[in-house]
Amino acid sequence: MKNKRLCTVALAALVVSAIVYARPAGGTISGKVTYEGTPAKQKTIDMSKEPSCAKQHETPITTEGVVTGPNNSLDNVVVYISAGAPDESAPSQPAKFDQKGCQYLPHVLAFQVNQPLEIINSDQTSHNIHPRPTINREWNKSQPPGTPPDMEKYDKAEFIPVKCNIHPWMSGQFAVMKNSHYAISSGGSFTLPNLPPGKYTVTAWHESYGEQSMDVTIAGSETKTVNFVFKAKPY
Amino acid sequence: MHTRLTKSIRIFLALLAVIVLPALTGAQQVQTHAGKWTGHADTGKQLYFRYCWGCHGFRGDGTGENAPYLNILPRNFVAATFKCRSTPTGTLPTDEDLYNTIERGVVNSNMPSWMTLTGQNRADLIAFIKTFSPRWMTEKPGEPLHIPAEPTLTVDSIKHGQALFQKLECWKCHGQEGRGDGPSASTLTDNNDQPIRPFNFAAGSRFKCGTTNEDLYKIFNTGLDGTPMPSFADVVKPDEAWDLVHYLRTLQVTHKSPELTMWKSTKEGAALEAAAGTHGTPTGSGVR
Repeated sequence: MKNKRLCTVALAALVVSAIVYARPAGGTISGKVTYEGTPAKQKTIDMSKEPSCAKQHETPITTEGVVTGPNNSLDNVVVYISAGAPDESAPSQPAKFDQKGCQYLPHVLAFQVNQPLEIINSDQTSHNIHPRPTINREWNKSQPPGTPPDMEKYDKAEFIPVKCNIHPWMSGQFAVMKNSHYAISSGGSFTLPNLPPGKYTVTAWHESYGEQSMDVTIAGSETKTVNFVFKAKPY
Repeated sequence: MHTRLTKSIRIFLALLAVIVLPALTGAQQVQTHAGKWTGHADTGKQLYFRYCWGCHGFRGDGTGENAPYLNILPRNFVAATFKCRSTPTGTLPTDEDLYNTIERGVVNSNMPSWMTLTGQNRADLIAFIKTFSPRWMTEKPGEPLHIPAEPTLTVDSIKHGQALFQKLECWKCHGQEGRGDGPSASTLTDNNDQPIRPFNFAAGSRFKCGTTNEDLYKIFNTGLDGTPMPSFADVVKPDEAWDLVHYLRTLQVTHKSPELTMWKSTKEGAALEAAAGTHGTPTGSGVR
């Protein structure tokens, strides 16, 4: 008799906790990122000093300071929750940054504070990875071809430009985030799902056009649309 | 008996005050020990504002009065990124590293050798410049590089170093003869976005951070933080590193060294040196 009651109580407790702690689907913030005005023309990169990379591109690539698409869409914009969400511990899945064809892939890599960062050299030439932070520690490492990936991490949130000194046209960005609510605009769109109810500040950051923020309140599991328009610089 | 107790209590309290109070006020200071000296930031402060701030600035960020005229800006102590270290890239230098830099100066830059300052002066200065960056409070200096004993110099060692120079693609910046004229040399910039040239081995014997084989060993293992020179510690094994040191010495064609002498005695080495040398009269006529 006593055992049966115990079991019932335990079962009830499990059910209640499952209801209480079950995560609701959460709200979503999504939208478009566009520009107005005329962006500066991107320059074609001359890779003739590095033939092993030059031959990987049928048509030479251009610089990626501003990447646009149809309907004035702006890509590579990091859209993230800058206020209203708590800091989160880092996932163990590494964020991957590849050096391929003397180009950084992806151009902008977003990952969390203390998340493992895996830097891969897929080229036949040496690269040196030289991120240039202001508040994180500055280091510079050589990565010859055929060597294992370099594992790093950053312990402070920051936007960090990345360069290779051997190949001066190479340029990338690390976006070190405090939580998991971030997205990089692609095709001019972004989505931030799984947001519990609350008041949030959404910030959009572009490496050449700066930052913009907007306040959004999520009440339940609705989708709120937030659009960002950046002023293009002619240079 | 009452009098004795009071007196001893008084003495005890006086001793306590002498010991504890300074410890309390100095509690925020990071310990600095270089050579046989212990550095004190308050003494260092007076020295800094006498000798250093003209270049390094009163905020310690390298924006002193002289800075706008300097190519290779003065060290920014606020960022705490240092070139000459015995510690891994991205980590703080040891007190000995900083002491050596003050004593030796930084070759090919405007940082002079401060031999005029005593050992105690230098230790005090180190203690003071640490107050410019909060990194010294939260981080310990990196683990100093363990340098194995230098193996005997052999032709094979030099040849292996030569292979490494090719494989690690040092020539991309330093050039095939190490004259700082590689394909990427003219595009290099340091972390202040100022143009910077790679080291020209053929020009002389002093490196940025020293003059010995050990100094050279350290430089490419730790990298020169804040410059394009990366760390090769992850990709060069310790014994291979010594081979590279031996080869690099042979690129210093104007500096007599055991490595250069041995290299010239080989057929390949002699041919390379002959091709690399500058020929002509001292006045410059017939130079080729």
